[in-house]
Order: sequence, then structure tokens, then C-alpha cells
Amino acid sequence: MSRVTALLLAALVLALPLSLLAGRVWIDPFHDAAGNALVILVQLRAPRAALALVVGGGLGAAGAAMQGYLRNPLADPGLFGIAPSAALGAVLSLWLGAAGALALPLFALAGAAAAMALLALIAGRAGDSHGGVALFTLAGMMIASLAGALMSLAISLSPSPFALSEIVLWLMGALADRSWQDVLIAAPPTVLGLAALLAAARSLDALTLGDLAARSLGVDPRRLQFLVIAGVGLTVGAGVAVAGIIGFVGLMVPHLVRPFTDRRPSSLLVSSALGGALLLLVADCLCRLLPLAEGELRLGVALSLLGAPFFLALLLRLRRGLA
Amino acid sequence: MSLACTALAVPGRLAGVTARFAPGRVTAICGPNGAGKSTLLAALAGLLPATGAVVLDGQPLAALPSACRAQAIGYLPQSGDIAWDLSVETLVSLGRLPWRGAPAPEAAAAIDAAIATLDLEPLRHRPLSRLSGGERARALVARVLAGRPRWLLADEPLASLDLAHAAALMAALKAEAARGTGVVVVLHDLAMAMNHADQVLVLDRGAVAAAGDPAQALAETVLARVWQVAVRWHGPPQARALALDARPA
Repeated sequence: MSRVTALLLAALVLALPLSLLAGRVWIDPFHDAAGNALVILVQLRAPRAALALVVGGGLGAAGAAMQGYLRNPLADPGLFGIAPSAALGAVLSLWLGAAGALALPLFALAGAAAAMALLALIAGRAGDSHGGVALFTLAGMMIASLAGALMSLAISLSPSPFALSEIVLWLMGALADRSWQDVLIAAPPTVLGLAALLAAARSLDALTLGDLAARSLGVDPRRLQFLVIAGVGLTVGAGVAVAGIIGFVGLMVPHLVRPFTDRRPSSLLVSSALGGALLLLVADCLCRLLPLAEGELRLGVALSLLGAPFFLALLLRLRRGLA
Repeated sequence: MSLACTALAVPGRLAGVTARFAPGRVTAICGPNGAGKSTLLAALAGLLPATGAVVLDGQPLAALPSACRAQAIGYLPQSGDIAWDLSVETLVSLGRLPWRGAPAPEAAAAIDAAIATLDLEPLRHRPLSRLSGGERARALVARVLAGRPRWLLADEPLASLDLAHAAALMAALKAEAARGTGVVVVLHDLAMAMNHADQVLVLDRGAVAAAGDPAQALAETVLARVWQVAVRWHGPPQARALALDARPA
């Protein structure tokens, strides 16, 4: 285990119990053992914290894999259009009024699966040269904008003001009011996705040397592409299914972690997963604690507020050749 | 041990090349721009869809599992573009990727040997962004050597190096050949090929224009025919220099 992995793991172990105690109602672990506190802890905060770990871990690892695959520090899991497609699925379920606790995430997972299938189909046609990767990325962006347009259509044709506000609110991304059932829905695809990304780790390392050199080292570009689509699709799809759109985690976390590793994509995967989990856990806690008059700050909004300036600073740094 | 190709062709770029490469020797591939040098090298490494056959140690390369191929043939592409700012040691360690499951001491020994061979020990922990062009070129070669390939295929490893660095790297390649590795290297510098290669393959428009030992394959008549320039070799063998022939025709 590298030093940064150990540090992040320690930070997570420290932050997790704290996050369970923090909120509108502070829980004192030594005195307040009344039934009320236990309910808050087990039914409200524990699933929320578990979801932060699952979703954040998935997004962090997906971001690290995307940056490795596209050989670009500015790449983000959103580039493949999986998150917007999953969101489109969720929006459709809200639009149809079929958004039960189970229906919405399943619709979202179906949306993510559709995007993955489309990507795989395009990848099959684009070929495996490096121009193929560029074409493939552009195709992902087209899927993203198509899903975005269809979402706008669904919103503009929304059957009732109630559905409209529900859709808009859901799109902002949050971990509030989630249950253990959401954890059960998100965890298995995320774990599968992480396994796919870990299986791609060595190939991503080889890709550091460029497409031709990677193949000369025995990398099968088709297998790599399949693993990346499956890994990013499953982790991001599962995340959107239970938490809505939470941007910038996949972009920011690998960036923050990279300087503390040997910079190989494979050493970034696990540490970015831990970093993403930590970021979401802490950010969700802060959202919960921020004194707003009504409700709480949406996690997706908060991270975008944080992420957009970060992205800009990153671009400026890259221009100066420092990153 | 042998590496040979017969009627190797890539549409539009390579028109049926038949050649044989020997272990323990440095073979230079020369030719004008667009002659198909890089294409031939990549096709020899099994990285391009090509017709014809490449035969490695008596077996068709296309039939070998990619891991076996990757262990036998080390390929250094022309573009030295590395996506991340790795340290020299980490870069070199990537050469071990084809040896999944090899014991860790063996991997460490191969990495150490590659770093020592290319004189990179003082730069071991330095990031690539802080290397000079010559140091970077050496680190890239060390990456390939760390895989202990039986064949080293390098596409213009001396490009953009100054004279001293080019000579040092060429010496390292020759030393590697002396250890039994078959070295096939694309060279732009004809004097370097003339003085340091054991054999030369001259390509012209995707086909073999001349092959054999340097003095024969790079004879003035061949240069005039293939490069279409009138040139003369000067100086003693092993230290020849090429000069444009300024005398009136």
C-alpha cells in the first residue's frame, strides 16, 4: 500500500464516525443514547455515509481511469455521456410518475446501460487506433448532449408543476433522505465497476507510453476499451441512479491525489477511489451543517461551485506547464 | 534465434519487404522520408495489420500470444510522448509489464541493469519533465531494455540528439547487441549507419532498395539512386563522413 493510500484510508476511518455524529441534530456518543438518536444514526446518517463512500469511491476511480485512458488530466467521466444518460433515465421515471423508491434508480441504471451499449457499438466501428479513441470520445460527448436535449424536452413537457420541481431538484444531486435500499442498489454495480477498472490498471499504465508502445507491451486495445466502458459505466451509472448528477469529483480527485503517487494510472485508481469517498463524505457533512433557512445545500450544487473554479485554475496551471 | 519477414506489405506504405535479421547484430533501416521505415518496424513488431509473414524463431508472429510477443520483442516508437510526468525509475519499470507474475527480485534486477546500462543511476528519481533531450532518449531506451527483449526494435532513437548523445546512445545499442540481442534501428543519420551498424537495409518507396553490409548497402551509387543526391564518402572505414559532391557533373 502506498503512503497516500494509507493516509486516505486513515482519514476515512477518522471522518466516518464524525460524519455520523454531525448534522442538524448533533449526537453525543457518550450521553445521548436515547432511541431517537439511534434512529437518526442508523436510518438516516449511516446509509447517507455509506452512499457517500460508494458514490464517491466510484466517481473517483472512474475519473482516474478516464484520465489514464484518454491520457489527459482534463478528462472527466462525464465525457462518455453516461451520467447524462443515467439522469435521462431517472428523469423519464419522474416524468412518467413511476418514480418509486426502486423504479427511479432502475430507470437510471437502464439509461446508463443504454449509453454503454451505444458506446460499445460505436467503439466497434471506430477501430482501435488512436484516432479511434478521439472519435469514440466525441461520440460520448454527442451522447451526452443528446441525453441533455432529451432531458430538456422532458422538463419542458412535464405533466405537472410538481413533476417539474421534482425533476429539477433531483438533477441537482444529493444524498439527503436516502435509505439502505439505495445503498443496496448502488453498491453491487459500483463494486463490479471498480473490479473492471482494476482489471484495466496494467493496460492503462502501458498506455502512458502511447498507443503503439502499449500494444507492443501486450495490451489488447479492445479489451481495455471494454473494461473502461464497463467500469466507468457501472460506477457512474450507479452513482447517478442513487444520488443524481454530482459533477467534478472524477475530475478533481485524481488531480489532487496524483502528485502524491508515482503518477502511474494504476497507482491512482485505489487512492482516487478513497479520495472520492472522503471528498463526498466531508462535502455531504458540510452541506448538512450549512445553516440555510430552508432545507440544505444540494451536494451536486456545492461540488459544482467548488469544481468549476478548480477546473479553471487547472487549465491555467496546465497552460503554464506546471501540472 | 531469428527474426525474418517475407513479402511483408501494408497497403499504400509497404510493398512486399523480405528481410532477415540476425541476433547479436545491429541492423539499420535507412531510407528517404516516406520510404516506409517506421511502417516496416511496426509491422515487424506485429503492431500493424499487414499481409505477408513475420517469423520469430521459426514461428509465425501472428500466431503467438501477445504476451509472448511482448516478451520477445521490445519496441520503441518514434514519438517519445509520455502522458504523465513519471520518474525515470517508474518509466523504466513500465518495461516489465509483459512479465506479469515474474518474481519481484528478477524485475528489480532487470530495472537496475537497464538503468545502469544507460547510465541513468544519478537521474533515477528525477521526473521526465526535468530531463534534457539526451537523458530522456536514454530513459526511453532503458524502458525497453527493462523487459529484457531478445529483439530491440527502435524507431529513430537518435532523432534530435546532439552528436555526443547520439554517439553514446548508439554505443549503448551496440553493447546490447554484443550481449546477444538483435537490434533493429531506424536511422536517419547515414554516417551513423555506415560507421556503426553491422548491416543495413535501405528502403525506397516501400520496397527494399539495397541490403547487406553498410559499405555495400550505402554505396554512393545507391545513395544517388535512392536519395537522388550526389554524395561522397570520405575518411577511413568506421569513421566515414558523408559530403555532398560539389564537383560539376
